[in-house]
Amino acid sequence: MTENNFGLKKIEISVSEAEKRTGRNAMNMQETYTAYLIETRSVEHTDGQSVLTDSLWRRYSEFELLRNYLLVYYPHIVVPPLPEKRAEFVWHKLSADNMDPDFVERRRIGLENFLLRVASHPILCRDKIFYLFLTQEGNWKETVNETGFQLKADSRLKALNATFRVKNPDKRFTELKHYSDELQSVISHLLRVRARVADRLYGVYKVHGNYGRVFSEWSAIEKEMGDGLQSAGHHMDVYASSIDDILEDEEHYADQLKEYLFYAEALRAVCRKHELMQYDLEMAAQDLASKKQQCEELATGTVRTFSLKGMTTKLFGQETPEQREARIKVLEEQINEGEQQLKSKNLEGREFVKNAWADIERFKEQKNHDLKEALISYAVMQISMCKKGIQVWTNAKECFSKM
Amino acid sequence: METYITYRITTKSTRVEFDLPEYSVRRRYQDFDWLRNKLEESQPTHLIPPLPEKFVVKGVVDRFSEEFVETRRKALDKFLKRITDHPVLSFNEHFNVFLTAKDLNAYKRQGMALLSRVGESVKHVTGGYKLRSRPLEFAAIGDYLDTFALKLGTIDRIAQRIIKEEIEYLVELREYGPVYSTWSALEGELAEPLEGVSACIGNCSTALEELTDDMTEDFLPVLREYILYSDSMKSVLKKRDQVQAEYEAKLEAVALRKEDRPKVPADVEKCQDRMECFNADLKADMERWQSNKRQDFRQLLMGMADKNIQYYEKCLMAWESIIPLLQEKPEAK
Repeated sequence: MTENNFGLKKIEISVSEAEKRTGRNAMNMQETYTAYLIETRSVEHTDGQSVLTDSLWRRYSEFELLRNYLLVYYPHIVVPPLPEKRAEFVWHKLSADNMDPDFVERRRIGLENFLLRVASHPILCRDKIFYLFLTQEGNWKETVNETGFQLKADSRLKALNATFRVKNPDKRFTELKHYSDELQSVISHLLRVRARVADRLYGVYKVHGNYGRVFSEWSAIEKEMGDGLQSAGHHMDVYASSIDDILEDEEHYADQLKEYLFYAEALRAVCRKHELMQYDLEMAAQDLASKKQQCEELATGTVRTFSLKGMTTKLFGQETPEQREARIKVLEEQINEGEQQLKSKNLEGREFVKNAWADIERFKEQKNHDLKEALISYAVMQISMCKKGIQVWTNAKECFSKM
Repeated sequence: METYITYRITTKSTRVEFDLPEYSVRRRYQDFDWLRNKLEESQPTHLIPPLPEKFVVKGVVDRFSEEFVETRRKALDKFLKRITDHPVLSFNEHFNVFLTAKDLNAYKRQGMALLSRVGESVKHVTGGYKLRSRPLEFAAIGDYLDTFALKLGTIDRIAQRIIKEEIEYLVELREYGPVYSTWSALEGELAEPLEGVSACIGNCSTALEELTDDMTEDFLPVLREYILYSDSMKSVLKKRDQVQAEYEAKLEAVALRKEDRPKVPADVEKCQDRMECFNADLKADMERWQSNKRQDFRQLLMGMADKNIQYYEKCLMAWESIIPLLQEKPEAK
C-alpha cells in the first residue's frame, strides 16, 4: 500500500484478496476464473486514519482493458505493464497452471503494483476511466467501450509501415528503441538462466536429504558413533528442506525483473508512436510539396513532371484558361489547408516529443532506483542463504565431532 | 619401455630393527602391491590395510594427472601409516625391507626362490566340512561388516550424486554471471552494480568448483578405501572360519576313531593353538580397527562439513562486499 495524490485526496489502494469464481463466458460455456478484490481507502490529513471508500472485484481481463485504454489515450506515456498472463520462465517445481495458488498470489501482488504505479503517475492518476475502475463496479466495461478507444488505436500495420519508411525520426527515440530491444533480450536471457540455476540448486539441496536417512540407518549398527551420526542426519534433513523457502523468495526477484522486461515493450510503444507521427508529418509535407509544384506548373504553363492531365491535354487538346484557373484555385485551397495541417502536425509532433521525453526521463530514474533495490534485495537473499548454510553445516560438524 | 610413477618414502625410526635412523627410498605401485601380498601371506591372522584401486581404465582416467597421482599418494601414505601403527605388522620383515632396501627387486627375486613355509599357509578344508558354530563375536562382526559396507556404498552413491548435481549447478552459474555483464554494457547508472553482481556470481562459481574438487579428491577416495577394507576383512573372517573348521574336523576324526586315547594327538593340539591364536589376533585387530574407523570417519565427516562451511563463507564474503557498491548513490562518486 502506498499513498498517492489523487486529485486532491490522498488514497491507498490494495489488491487484498483473490477468489476463484465460475461463470459463463461469451459463448455461454462454463469457465473458471480468478477475481481480485480492490480496496481503496482515503486518508484523512488530520489524523492519518484511513477510511474504506470503495471495494470491488475485478478479473484480469478488466485490468487488460484498462491498460489498453491507457495505451491509446496516453501514447506519450510509458504505461506500467501488467503481470504476465501465463506463467513463463518456470523451473520445474513451479506450476505453470494459472489456477495454482502461488501463481495467483504473485499475480495479486503484480496487479496491486500495477495500480500503484498508475496511481502514482502524475498524469495517469487523473484519468477518469482509471478512477471509475476503482469505484464503479457495474457498467465499467461499457463505459470504457463507449469512449471508442479501440477505434482510435493505431493499426499494427500502419505502425510497422511507418517504422520502415520514416526518414528523419528523432535520434533519441531511435536509440531508445535499440535500448529497449536489447533490454528485452538480456532480461529474457537472464530469467531463463535463472530458472535453470534454481532448478539445479534445488537438486543439490534435496539430494542431501538422502544423507539423513542413511546416517540414521548406519547409526543403528554403531555404538559410540551412533548418536553423532543420527543428529547429523537430522541437520541434513533441515538443510534439504530449507531450499523451498529460499527459492520462493527468489521468485519475487524474478517478478521484479519481469516487470522491467514488460516495461521494455511499453518503451517501444512510445517510440513507435513517435515514428508514426513523424512519418505522418513527412507524408503530409511531401504531399504539400507536390501540390505546390503542380500549382506552379499550371500557373507557368510548364510541365516538368509527368501528369495525367498533361497527357490528356496532349491527346485531346489544351484546356481552356477558365478550366485552368479553376484548377489552380482548388489547388491553392488545398495548399492552404495543407499548410495549416502541416503546421498543426509539426506542433503536435514537437509536443509529443517534449512530453514523451519528459516521461521517459521520469521512467529512467524510476527504473534505476527500482532495479538497484531489486539487486540489493537479491544480494540480501543470497547472504541469508549463505548464513543458513554455514549454520547447518556448523551444527552438523559439531555432531560429527561427537562421534 | 614403460613409464610409471614412483613415490618417495621417508622413514625415521629409533627401532633396533633398523640399521640407520633415517631412510629414503622410491617405490612404485607394484611394490606396494607386492608388500601387501607378502603381508597377507606371512600374517594371515591379521587385518591388512587396503591399497587404493589397482586397475585404472586407460583413457577414462589420466594415470599421470596431478589429481590422480596426489589422490593415490595420500592413500598409499595412509596404507603405510596403518601398518606402522600396528604392533605386529610393523615388525614384519618384508615391511622393513620395503622401507629400507636400495634394490627391492633383488629381494623380491630372492624370496621367490625360498620354499614357502607350509605350516603357516592355510589349507583348504577338504570334504566340505561345515562349521559347527561360529563364536558369537565373530558372527556379530560379520553381520556388522555386511551392513557397514552396504551403508558406505549408499553414502558413496549419494556423495557422487551430490557432486554431479553441484557440477551441473556450476555449469548454469557460469552462464548466469556473464549475462549481468552483458546487461551492464547497456546501462549507465546501473552499469557498476550489474557488473558487481556478475563478478560476485563468478566468485561463487569458483568457490563451488573448489568444493567439488575437494570432495572428489579427498572425500570419495577415503570412503572407497573403507569399502575395500571391509571386503578384505570379510575374507580374513572366512579364513578364520576355515581354521576353526579344520580344527573341528580333526577333532571329530579323532573322536570317531574309537581308540582308547588318553591324550589329544599333537597335530590336533597344534590346530587348536592355531585357531585360538587366530581368534585372539583377529579380535585385537578388530578392536583396533573399530577405534581407527571411528577416528577416520570423525575426521572425514568433519572435513566434509568444513569444506561446505568454507564454500558458504567465501560466497557470503563476496555478496557482503558488493552491498556497499549497490547502495552507492551516483552523486557520491
